[in-house]
Amino acid sequence: MTDTKKEALSGHKRLERNVTLLGAAALVTVAIGGIVEIAPLFWIDNTIEPVDGMRPYTPLEQAGRDIYVREGCYNCHSQMIRPFRDEVERYGHYSLAAESMYDHPFQWGSKRTGPDLARVGGRYSDAWHVQHLINPQSVVPESVMPTYGFLADTPLDFEYIADNLVALSRVGVPYSDADIEQARQDVLGQADPDVPAGDLLDRYPGAQVRDFDGDPETITEMDALVAYLQVLGTMVDVNAAAAQEVLAGERGR
Amino acid sequence: MANDQRPDQQVPQKPAPHPGRRLDEPTGVHTVGHEWDGIEELDNPMPRWWLWTLYATIIWAVAYVIAYPAWPLLEKGTEGVLGWSSRGQLAEEMAAETSRRSPILEAIAMTPLERLPENSELMAQAVAGGAAAFRVHCVQCHGANAAGFEGFPNLTDDEWLWGGDLRAIEFTLAKGVRHPGNDETRQSLMPAYGASGILDRGQIDQVTAHVLSLTGRGPANAAGAELYANNCAVCHGADGGGLRQFGTPSLNDAVWLYGDSPAAIRQQIYQPRHGVMPAWEDRLDQATIRMLAAYVHSLGGGEDFVEVAADPAVQVDEQP
Repeated sequence: MTDTKKEALSGHKRLERNVTLLGAAALVTVAIGGIVEIAPLFWIDNTIEPVDGMRPYTPLEQAGRDIYVREGCYNCHSQMIRPFRDEVERYGHYSLAAESMYDHPFQWGSKRTGPDLARVGGRYSDAWHVQHLINPQSVVPESVMPTYGFLADTPLDFEYIADNLVALSRVGVPYSDADIEQARQDVLGQADPDVPAGDLLDRYPGAQVRDFDGDPETITEMDALVAYLQVLGTMVDVNAAAAQEVLAGERGR
Repeated sequence: MANDQRPDQQVPQKPAPHPGRRLDEPTGVHTVGHEWDGIEELDNPMPRWWLWTLYATIIWAVAYVIAYPAWPLLEKGTEGVLGWSSRGQLAEEMAAETSRRSPILEAIAMTPLERLPENSELMAQAVAGGAAAFRVHCVQCHGANAAGFEGFPNLTDDEWLWGGDLRAIEFTLAKGVRHPGNDETRQSLMPAYGASGILDRGQIDQVTAHVLSLTGRGPANAAGAELYANNCAVCHGADGGGLRQFGTPSLNDAVWLYGDSPAAIRQQIYQPRHGVMPAWEDRLDQATIRMLAAYVHSLGGGEDFVEVAADPAVQVDEQP
């Protein structure tokens, strides 16, 4: 009698019959998996490779990135070249974690209706991008991409771009006080040929300064998006001999 | 709860570990003891094949953890005794592929381009390799069938702005057209006759009429012909045949890069558009550029060399 009584109250039976207890125990079990698999990524050294050249996006590129997210480009385009021969031969060197360390949220994506864009920067001319965004089928007849001509007619709203940088700096993007203070001026300096770029290139090395959409009069959303596309995958020189040596020697990945 | 066995139940010899556990007579198997609304469960042992599969997966998991990268630790993950990494595997595959291709690629890079067509096997390999590279790097502007689009030249016809023999195509591929940052890039600039005020609107209409008359699409007009002779003939030729030296298009045939309508021609005289082609020598190796040249040359409009370089010193100079 006493044995069966004990058994009824003990461990598993009690868990099965008490939904709160079951929920708590399930949480603990799943948390163990999370701690083992996820938590170490925050401290082990090779989660993000040490690379040269990464910098935060310029305010114009960041604005373009916001348009990229707003229009849902990630629904059809990934930004993640995996280390497979077919991908590397088509898209270029595989993506490094470091290359998206200033992306909040990252745009790796999981669907490729269109091609991967992780290294699209510098691959085509600005004019090609503008024509392709206005009418994709005019250069790729078999494309199913929608038209984005309205971007060329929509002036870029960058009144609050500084606040945008503040928000990003709070989640760890190293924008300096000068970057935030001059954010609006930097948009003009990068995209408007009539406005001097100032020290933009000192704070954002390698930034491309020009009119991107072929319309120097207005800074449009097209300017911002093309500026973003043209910087994708160009910051880190992954093909440098030293970089290759380090990556090939990496283990535990 | 403790003593809920029904009086009519057959109690087995061994006392049941669970209340409610009983022998199911038709099958001869004990029940597990649970009962919901009269539904009970037989306590059959698990199938042997299933159990062995479970044990095999456990052994597999242990072996995998030892052999491959698995556990993230304090500074880095375990590396596994095999030393495998996805990036290392890719590096091996790429190295193997490079060494497989290298005899052909080296042969293509070493052979003077003029001599490539003589070696039909090598030429066929170059065309095949060029076709693959074309699909990666060129189709976005020139189209999957290389027929081009408005503003992006058709590569399948025999109209060539900068020359259609193998060496001219290779040069255009390597140096690009109006590519900023390349000193040797193909360079030409048509003046904006309207936008910079060289000709007024009436004169541009006259020149347009004359250009149309070159293809028999309008009557000749003396004023337009004179304006053409003074402004255009030096680059486009007196008969509108074009000059490859300057990359000027011919105006007396049916191929029009920016449209053949009177409005398109007028627009091009008023404020010309100029195409840009990247200089691929910064991105592709010489063998790939040569294969692309061979492929484009093979598309239908490829021209023979006017003269084959006879001086061996020149060829040595060309080699990588």
